[in-house]
Amino acid sequence: MKTLLIKNGLVIDPANNIEEKLDVLITDGKIEKVTKNISDKETKIIDAEGLVVMPGFIDMHVHFREPGFEYKETIESGSRAAVKGGYTTVCCMPNTLPPIDNQAMVEFINLKSKQVGLIDVLPIGTITKERKGEELAPIGELFKAGAVAISDDGSCVANSEIIRRALEYCKMFGIPVIEHCEDTNLSTDGLMNEGYYSTLLGLKGIPKAAEEVIVARDIIIAGEVGGKLHIAHVSTEGSVELLTWAKKKGINVTAEVTPHHFTLDESMLINYNTNYKMNPPLRTKKDIKALKDALKNDVIDVIATDHAPHAELDKDVEFSAAAFGIIGLETAFPLIITELVSTGILSLSSAISKITINPAKILNLKKGTLAIGADADITIADINKEIEITEDFFGSRSSNSPFIGKKMKGSIEMVIKNGKIIYDKGVLK
Amino acid sequence: MAFKHLIGLQDISKEDIETILDLAKSFKDVILRPIKKVPSLKGKTVVNMFFEPSTRTRTSFELAAKRLSADAVNLAIATSSVVKGETLLDTVKTIEAMQIDIVIIRHSVSGVPLYLSKRIKSSVINAGDGLHEHPTQGLLDIFTIHEKKGKIAGLKVAIVGDIMHSRVARSNIWGLTKLGAKVRVVGPSTLIPRDIEKLGVEVFTDVEKGIKDVDVINILRIQLERQKKNLFPTIREYAMLFGINTEKLKLAKPDCLVLHPGPMNRGIEISPNVADGSQSVIEEQVTNGVAVRMAVLYLIGGGKKDEDTSD
Amino acid sequence: MDKDLKIKSEIMDKDAISRALMRIAHEIVEKNKGAKNIAIVGIKKRGDILAERIAENIKKIEGVSVPVGAIDITFYRDDYSISAKREATTTELNFNIDDRDIILVDDVLFTGRSARAAMEVLIEYGRPKTIQLAVLVDRGHRELPIQANYVGKNVPTNKNEEIVFELGEEDKVYLAEKKGGK
Repeated sequence: MKTLLIKNGLVIDPANNIEEKLDVLITDGKIEKVTKNISDKETKIIDAEGLVVMPGFIDMHVHFREPGFEYKETIESGSRAAVKGGYTTVCCMPNTLPPIDNQAMVEFINLKSKQVGLIDVLPIGTITKERKGEELAPIGELFKAGAVAISDDGSCVANSEIIRRALEYCKMFGIPVIEHCEDTNLSTDGLMNEGYYSTLLGLKGIPKAAEEVIVARDIIIAGEVGGKLHIAHVSTEGSVELLTWAKKKGINVTAEVTPHHFTLDESMLINYNTNYKMNPPLRTKKDIKALKDALKNDVIDVIATDHAPHAELDKDVEFSAAAFGIIGLETAFPLIITELVSTGILSLSSAISKITINPAKILNLKKGTLAIGADADITIADINKEIEITEDFFGSRSSNSPFIGKKMKGSIEMVIKNGKIIYDKGVLK
Repeated sequence: MAFKHLIGLQDISKEDIETILDLAKSFKDVILRPIKKVPSLKGKTVVNMFFEPSTRTRTSFELAAKRLSADAVNLAIATSSVVKGETLLDTVKTIEAMQIDIVIIRHSVSGVPLYLSKRIKSSVINAGDGLHEHPTQGLLDIFTIHEKKGKIAGLKVAIVGDIMHSRVARSNIWGLTKLGAKVRVVGPSTLIPRDIEKLGVEVFTDVEKGIKDVDVINILRIQLERQKKNLFPTIREYAMLFGINTEKLKLAKPDCLVLHPGPMNRGIEISPNVADGSQSVIEEQVTNGVAVRMAVLYLIGGGKKDEDTSD
Repeated sequence: MDKDLKIKSEIMDKDAISRALMRIAHEIVEKNKGAKNIAIVGIKKRGDILAERIAENIKKIEGVSVPVGAIDITFYRDDYSISAKREATTTELNFNIDDRDIILVDDVLFTGRSARAAMEVLIEYGRPKTIQLAVLVDRGHRELPIQANYVGKNVPTNKNEEIVFELGEEDKVYLAEKKGGK
């Protein structure tokens, strides 16, 4: 019997309302006991004095680029990045080449994930065939093969009829439809938020309306036909208001925000640094305030990274030619601690719920909890330790991050996956 | 003191702008005499890299460089070769390998001159980037206004047309407001970029109110293809609402100057009578362009230290 | 005046300057056998003021008005790569210099580089018969093979010293020293 005992840590398990100094005993890859003063002479003991013990984090929105763009990221390098960020489960978006729009592709991701063997990389299938927005993908087939959600992320489903049918059809499987909200008629050729800074820099703007009209459309459709709608990477105050309204009406909608959207604003593009170029674009300080409030009020349920690796050749080019997006797995936790917890916007427990139990519930995963019998996926962190983000720190194959050189609080000290230590003080096992 | 790059009028001080204008006056004197050449930039290599077609600005820079005795080369970059996969970084390496002193760059993407200036040893002069800035055009407009009016501070200047897509407008706004002019932008509401009033300008969508009692009207070229993007319904309607003709010009001050960065769409944004009329300084803008660019090249091309050695 | 300079001594007062300029005018007329073919060209800034005065003196002596011009050498300096001057004026040569005897006038002759640049400007404007050089003060330390034809006063100096002019109501020339050995 293989056992592991984590002693003296502050256990935060939002799923079970636990926030207490407790010991955690792990046996055969499962949580056996979470209580005070466990002593067991046969076990390997981890002293977590002064540290926080949490369920392994879940990121429901990453791009691991495999297959098709392995020069940016692979399932292996992405998994390494995830572990360094404290994540034990991630869901990878299907905008690969070819896209994850059939059973074989879902099985490929599952197979690769097992081969790498670090964490659970769960596939998200497409909504439409080839992500073209024209015909529904074989959603039942994708689900049976193991897809945990469907999304055409990177593109919006422009046709309202198709998003309606997707929501209706998915009710049979209980999986969420994740929408990338962008009316491309409004955002074509756009490079950054439309406003003072786009005027200043002479870069074509993306109006907030491009996001908000689709958020509005989708929640209205979901209100009528049901289904589980999840709004990816919310970036505007208007979207928050629409979500608030929808939730009040009892519409089954959930939403996520990325760490960069609640941390960075459009003014940071002033030097045309392409590491601030993302879609949706960085918005204004006012939007940041609204996003933080929405996290606090649980209008936004989830923090997801939208980890979007790009190589230098995709980023070190003319601003218009540069790819959208940044990597985010390694910097998410320190940003959550620094921007949300240290500032008192979220309690530690509430913050952790948004990267553990909340996404688990949306995706129907038996994860994100330290309940007895649950998989022993555990992340141990020092929330007071300051770290400096450096290129060497990244597990990702890419280093397109605007946070390089920044100092933040919140250091991942250890990651345990199925009862096995896979990361210990900066070292992948 | 010399400065290294000229990326935009946003980045340079009022004093620097004044220095350029003063020097340009001396250079205008040089180019009006029989021998239009001085030896200041002897031995320096200046390269014109135009990633966007332009005869006027390129020729103006070339003349300016040659009249300063620099070796001026035009690197004709077919946009096709860029498409084929030559990245900006390759361009950077090419420039470095050729030992160029000053790179003059025009590019359709905002921010490219700044990008280059951070990666190469040579000085960079922005000859127009995307919708961002066209600093030498701004300077030559200001120089022309100053030459005619004797001052900039307190003048009312209306910039009329497609403000949204105009780097000329942005450079004019920065330069003119720094020197104390009161700047108005006038155009259809679809072509006024968001929050432009935060740059310290007044916005008008009624051209008759916009040009009332102004000292200067700077008329921008309207790109006819904007119509296809639904930014205005027809060329005819644009000409009717925003085209400056003799009638509308009467609303401005009697001695109001008319500027246009060229090339003009006669009969659309500017009527032929106005373009060729007594208030037009459009041809002088071209002459002044060379003088102003000589001043910019002169300031950027020389001076390793700040010390003054006047004997 | 440059505040980094400390006045050491007075070299010339108003009368001395006036006498020197009159003597130079006489010498010019004598050497050129009259004033018929002469034009006076001052090197800006200050040489042009002295040029005007020399021309006035020639008028007193010979009764003829000689053409007076001024040239700006800013764009012709050979120290451009070390220091780009941020100020320039204009050259005013409103007469044909071809086949004339041109008297270049400057305040001080030091390294000779200003005189060289001035000759370059002149040659661009035409082909003078002769170019002659008149200076109020020659302080030595030549870096080029240039010599003045007419000198107001020879003043031995150190390299860290400066010649300071006040031309106006009270004309004066001082010898000054750079402070702190800069």
